[in-house]
Amino acid sequence: MVKTPVPAEENVAPGHMGCPGCGACLALRLALKALGKRTIMTVPACCWAVMPGVFPYCSIQIPVLFTAFETAAASASGVRAALDAKGQKDINVLAWAGDGGTLDIGIQALSGAVERRDNIIYICYDNEAYMNTGIQRSSSTPIGAWTTTTPVGQTRAWKSEPKKSGVEIMAAHRIPYTATACVSYPEDFVKKVQKAASIVGPKYLQVLSPCPAGWKSDPERSIQIGRLAVESTVWPMYEVEDGVYTVRKPAKKVSVKDYFRTQGRFRHLGEKDIEEIQKTVDAEWELLLKKETMTARK
Amino acid sequence: MSRQPRSYKDLPLAPITYEDTREAFKTGSWRTFKPVVDNSRCKKCWICWKFCPDMSIRILEDGTGVEIDYDHCKGCGICATECPARCIEMVPED
Repeated sequence: MVKTPVPAEENVAPGHMGCPGCGACLALRLALKALGKRTIMTVPACCWAVMPGVFPYCSIQIPVLFTAFETAAASASGVRAALDAKGQKDINVLAWAGDGGTLDIGIQALSGAVERRDNIIYICYDNEAYMNTGIQRSSSTPIGAWTTTTPVGQTRAWKSEPKKSGVEIMAAHRIPYTATACVSYPEDFVKKVQKAASIVGPKYLQVLSPCPAGWKSDPERSIQIGRLAVESTVWPMYEVEDGVYTVRKPAKKVSVKDYFRTQGRFRHLGEKDIEEIQKTVDAEWELLLKKETMTARK
Repeated sequence: MSRQPRSYKDLPLAPITYEDTREAFKTGSWRTFKPVVDNSRCKKCWICWKFCPDMSIRILEDGTGVEIDYDHCKGCGICATECPARCIEMVPED
């Protein structure tokens, strides 16, 4: 047997309907490598509701429950309750939703499930807009980005509101475990999913999944773009475990401009706009480092 | 496309899927560039395999390199970009 960097087991079959270079495909592939066959997942409307293929075929090789947009967390709670009633303890319950289905439409169900301390793993694959329906803005779209509902024209109507932070919202729920991840760091992502599976109670992960179609980037650069997002600290990688922050510091730091220049959705931004965003990103990073120092275990 | 249902009568009685998408959907037809591997220069890091979003790179049983599943590879080029040995090349489909 050849030794592989991430588990060799495949639970997603090729032939799915994802775009070439899709980060979300890789995210699910890695998540199911980490969780294994003893998993039941629920999927609301999102890219992954379409990507498994047309009935009667499905590329996901574990039981999947396709549900309504707002019910990813609620249906996962239901599956867990049913398993508890049957006395089956060794099955992971995974809710797998996009950023719109998590942070806009599904947030009350998620908040409820976390507050009830339901033993589920919730993973949000964050491609920073409603990509499946045609790149509409979501509350997870970053400031300055072009989308079809924040089109860029003479009125400069790009998205002017900052991105909502799912992990911070979950940390405020006193969740046992929450973390950000990125598909460009598969070992780290697999480790975080496995750690989440080992903890009893609600777990929330948000994984940045570059989307070539919506970000107007080259498919072959998806992994590089994810890496640049982490290195520019636009997408900081950190974990919050019972309120204790652990931040992964990037080996080298790049500017926000280097990250933005890889994507067509930021093409319209001028030097001054990027400078403004750089300042916000730096301030957020400082704040995050402060949180890590403040919450460090003595 | 194998076993493609012609009417509702061909569909299963319950919403249970027949099989995975491997046979029914050959997504290799989407490709404009195809990756070609030179296994003699392969460093066996399996980075291409790790990053393939289409599960289309298979590690050879004897560990001497990788093999590409041209039936399903969509030609995104992530493997060629990420390969540290630069032994995967993207060539136009004929």
